[in-house]
Amino acid sequence: MRTFFLAFYLAIKEVVRNKGRFFLVSLVIALITLLVLFIAALGEGLADGNRQYVANLDAQLIVFLEKSDYSISASRLDTNTIRAVQRVDGVADAGEIFTSTSEIVSLDEPLKISMLAAEPGRPGMPLLIEGRSFRGGGASEVVIDEGVAQRTDIKIGDEIEIRSTQGTEDQFFYLKVVGLVPKQSYFFQPTIFVPQATWEKMRPQSEADLNDSTPYPNIVAVKLENPAQVDVMKDRLVAQVSNIEVADLETTINNIPGYSAQQSTVQTQGAFTLLIGILVIGGFFQIQVLQKVPQIGVLKAIGSSNAAVGLAAVIQIIVVTAIGVGIGGGLTYLFSLSFPPTIPLAFDGTRSVLAVIALLVIGPLGGMASIIYAVRIEPLKALKLS
Amino acid sequence: MSAIALEVRNAIKTFNIEGGGTINAVDDVSFKVNSGEFVALVGPSGSGKTTMLSILAALLTPTSGEVLIDGQDLARLNERKRVKLRREKIGFTFQSNNLIPFLTAQENVDFMLRLNGKGNKAGRMRSAELLARLGLSDRLRNLPGQMSGGQQQRVAIARALIHNPPVVLADEPTASLDTERAYQVVETFANLIHENERAGIMVTHDLRMCKYVDRVLKMQDGKLVQIIDDKMEITKLAKGE
Repeated sequence: MRTFFLAFYLAIKEVVRNKGRFFLVSLVIALITLLVLFIAALGEGLADGNRQYVANLDAQLIVFLEKSDYSISASRLDTNTIRAVQRVDGVADAGEIFTSTSEIVSLDEPLKISMLAAEPGRPGMPLLIEGRSFRGGGASEVVIDEGVAQRTDIKIGDEIEIRSTQGTEDQFFYLKVVGLVPKQSYFFQPTIFVPQATWEKMRPQSEADLNDSTPYPNIVAVKLENPAQVDVMKDRLVAQVSNIEVADLETTINNIPGYSAQQSTVQTQGAFTLLIGILVIGGFFQIQVLQKVPQIGVLKAIGSSNAAVGLAAVIQIIVVTAIGVGIGGGLTYLFSLSFPPTIPLAFDGTRSVLAVIALLVIGPLGGMASIIYAVRIEPLKALKLS
Repeated sequence: MSAIALEVRNAIKTFNIEGGGTINAVDDVSFKVNSGEFVALVGPSGSGKTTMLSILAALLTPTSGEVLIDGQDLARLNERKRVKLRREKIGFTFQSNNLIPFLTAQENVDFMLRLNGKGNKAGRMRSAELLARLGLSDRLRNLPGQMSGGQQQRVAIARALIHNPPVVLADEPTASLDTERAYQVVETFANLIHENERAGIMVTHDLRMCKYVDRVLKMQDGKLVQIIDDKMEITKLAKGE
């Protein structure tokens, strides 16, 4: 215990008496923190933008058209699939999901959106946080997500105008906003939910599609009676329902076009930034230890143990790193307040927490060489007595 | 009769030399230093005095022979016990870079007490008194960089004595000082050694500083070639006669 207090005393005294020097290092760490947190938030934001709707589904499995490679946009299921899926033993509920893109034009700046159709109360339709669900059939009603609400001033009771290319002509549809659901970003776009028949009528269609008014779901979201039986149910569904393939949510997310490549790019950037952090901190503390060789020699010669000298270096690195991460975290928060919602930054994800932990670890990691060097200093050589 | 604080018996320190072969930097040296006695270890460059001091400071182990400090044989101690011995039984001042640069004068002295688990209010009062005794009462809160070389050496002396070690070692304590400051520092050092009944050993190449010591041990080629304990002889040596 005495060793710890002694090390703490030495470490803190040195930091306090050399505030300027250590503050500069903390500032460098703060800038690295800022960069790392932004990259982490960007990764989280981009991931959310891509996967949020799928990740939030109240389901464990997704049914795709066979050989669609678990790609939602490539999958187009037969209209009977839902009934076949619902009949499989162990399925608690299932809901069809129809996806397409569209554009709200009744705004100063048109807003591109993902237009989804799902059955209220079934997997695929998020829970409402305000208002009511749309009526069935071909009702001209729409439920918007918070992403739409945040980017526009659209609110429940408003009427929105949707533009859709039908064949070779643009057509305009009017929908009444009746409900609001939490943010459900899909393909980086905010989302609206409409009844199936409305979706079929409004979705962009080719000339050939215009002759068929049957809505074909892209996927079916399956809620299991026992969520732990994912693998068993996957096999059972494939065996009992024809022309399908089944994936869990994680596989579905990873197969969203570009998702994996985008995430690995962001993660590589984050890892390189952390590596740079390790080198910067390591370099600084190594230079500092080299400058302090005689001083460490004196400390050892008068009876300080290696443990005290090493621990003092560790404490100093932790303190300087923690101050830097604290300043960096504060700066990140202040900067984040000034960013518009169109920039996909999410600071509430586990990635930000992991990034902070990683930043706190890189200090001692970066300073490891200097700590080992300090412990190995021989007082005899340091004091030039040999 | 004063107790023996330090005893060296037939100490030999052998080093390997580049290109093969060995050299005895300390060659069969024996002497004793009593409590309250101030001894100078002198000799030309390469005579082995610094190696001898390093052995006495428990920083170097003799190849053979015995070195006893306060009755403990250094050769029988493991590294942990040697660190403890340095902390508790030895006071040390060095040629330069003596003080911890980010601690004030008083904190540097108190640090020795902290090392020994005695960093309390009474300890701080003692360190302030000792520094005042050394003429540094107005420098307690100064950092080493704000003090002259002589003042720094006096702080180092205070640090070497504050924890009442039986043995106090000084390696060329006047090397970086002008003559007047050097005399002041060594005189103060000698007075404190005598008053506090410590065994003091000072390595110096400056024979003038011997005027304050009780005995001079002269080394050459690793051997102890002469012991001068006659006060007249020491005075002559110090005057260069």
